Amino acid sequence: MRRTANDVGIRLFDIDDRRHGITHLISAEQGITVPGLVVACPDSHTCTLGALGAIGWGIGTSDCEHVLTTETLRTVKPRQLRVTFDGTPGPGVTAKDMVVHLIARYTAAGARGFAMEYAGPAVEALDMDARFTLCNMAVEFSAFTGLIAPDATTLDYVRGRAHAPRGRKLEHAGRAWSELRSDSDADFDLEYRIDCGDIAPTITWGTSPEHAVGIDARVPDPEAAADDDAKRAMRLAIDYMGLKPGQPLKSLPIDGAFIGSCTNARLSDLRAAADILRGRRVARGVRAICTPGSQAVKQAAEAEGIHDVFLAAGFEWREPGCSLCFNAGGEGFAPEERVVSSTNRNFRGRQGPRVRTHLASPAMVAAAAVSGAIADSREFGGRDANGQDAA
Amino acid sequence: MRPFTRHSGVAAALLVDNIDTDQIIPSREMKRVSKLGLGEGLFAGWRYVHDGAVRTGENADFVLNDPAFRDATILLGGANFGCGSSREHAVWALADFGIRAVIASGFGRIFRNNCARNGLLAIELPAEHVERIAALGAKPVDIDLEASRITLSDGTTIDFDVAPADRDMLLQGLDYIDFALRYTDDIDAFVGRDREARPWAHLDASDR
Repeated sequence: MRRTANDVGIRLFDIDDRRHGITHLISAEQGITVPGLVVACPDSHTCTLGALGAIGWGIGTSDCEHVLTTETLRTVKPRQLRVTFDGTPGPGVTAKDMVVHLIARYTAAGARGFAMEYAGPAVEALDMDARFTLCNMAVEFSAFTGLIAPDATTLDYVRGRAHAPRGRKLEHAGRAWSELRSDSDADFDLEYRIDCGDIAPTITWGTSPEHAVGIDARVPDPEAAADDDAKRAMRLAIDYMGLKPGQPLKSLPIDGAFIGSCTNARLSDLRAAADILRGRRVARGVRAICTPGSQAVKQAAEAEGIHDVFLAAGFEWREPGCSLCFNAGGEGFAPEERVVSSTNRNFRGRQGPRVRTHLASPAMVAAAAVSGAIADSREFGGRDANGQDAA
Repeated sequence: MRPFTRHSGVAAALLVDNIDTDQIIPSREMKRVSKLGLGEGLFAGWRYVHDGAVRTGENADFVLNDPAFRDATILLGGANFGCGSSREHAVWALADFGIRAVIASGFGRIFRNNCARNGLLAIELPAEHVERIAALGAKPVDIDLEASRITLSDGTTIDFDVAPADRDMLLQGLDYIDFALRYTDDIDAFVGRDREARPWAHLDASDR
């Protein structure tokens, strides 16, 4: 990889580079992706960059060769979906809970064939880290991409970054970016609306991100499903997860806790987890790991002393990368271990053969780690979607 | 690319929704840089039995280990087949195993694109049609892409649609990159105009 990158003139942020990290984080951190760009990358979570008002989508290896060779991609124009989040998220409800709630409500195929705009007061109020989380999981909703219209929050984030336009280029760009928004009378092919008041800190119980409920809910009963196929799928998922219908999720003992991935390993994610970990210890028998999403995040966290909080609590503090989100490098949890994870996919075997993954926000992972069981972050004074103290 | 015009083969059914690319090939099976040889890791989590993380044998209950379906060249799936990770290894593993077509009630977008770029035909049909094909068991299924028609062993025919661009490329076995390179002059002209109109959207050479 090093040799080829050098031979063909591709800038490589190598493992020892202070700018190294998960591509979707560093592309934003370094100002390589800015509003108005079309970004393709051979990774399904490229939609993360939609948070900047760019159109990002994942491609395979062949299409990556296509982009590098021709500067183009051949694709069919997607239909348009707007998801509006009304109201204000309650205590402990983060962007992760908003997007997983959305997927649970409209199914994992709910945005198939659509490019999706996230809109509404609750989206406009989110900081950039939270917006990245929201857009990151658009692919788990089967969307072509998910994006948010650039506003002052976006411009404040982009300005001054290493590769972002500056000087006259930035003035020119700013004018163009201010036009990147839907008309007030824009007509969408499909509209979904979510009232943030309906969202609780959310946790998955099954093997698809759509298998999610509020922390106070129970494992659903497959008998209540609409048809035989759905019943069978739910039964398979519940069996895989080692659960029983009607069982409460809260207080379910866990073996592992993981904070990392392109979904939830930015500085505000680590701060939210540290707020819960401060002065507490990871429960006996729980293996807890934190992998910051990038070197920049890791360094910023260490400058604030966040790593000391994680280490004092008994978390492993790792080098940046995709890590245990997808069993990268073969490292995972053990078969049938139950893990609460800030990642994006609770697929069978995603974190190692027969590992049982429950997706949740970083605060929920921290709360579970110290409890030794699935827990409600609100009982630990977690922060809300904007990083404000819930209390 | 290997063209796809007409194919007849046995169809193995995996009628579960949301079969993601981590199931089709787990990341731990993606150990080689070649597209060839990945068939061994196809559906590894389902196809083999494990002691802990160690593979100890075949799972006799898995359809592709059933003698009647071991040589299947067509796969039947549920909704949202191939969702999740963009890994093209999923398609390479299917192709390496000998699968020529996947018929499902829905596909993950990236997976479907990857199929067309590797000579694999992805056909989307309503779930009841997929179930009907599955109900006929190990009898051969005939897929005629030119006619966009599937013929079952009982004589039933099912018409299907494939995106026109994918259909053309598959029928002729064309390479997508070769096709796009025919438009190099147009692409260069567009990039030149865009550089004028949106200078901020282009990294300077010194940025690279």
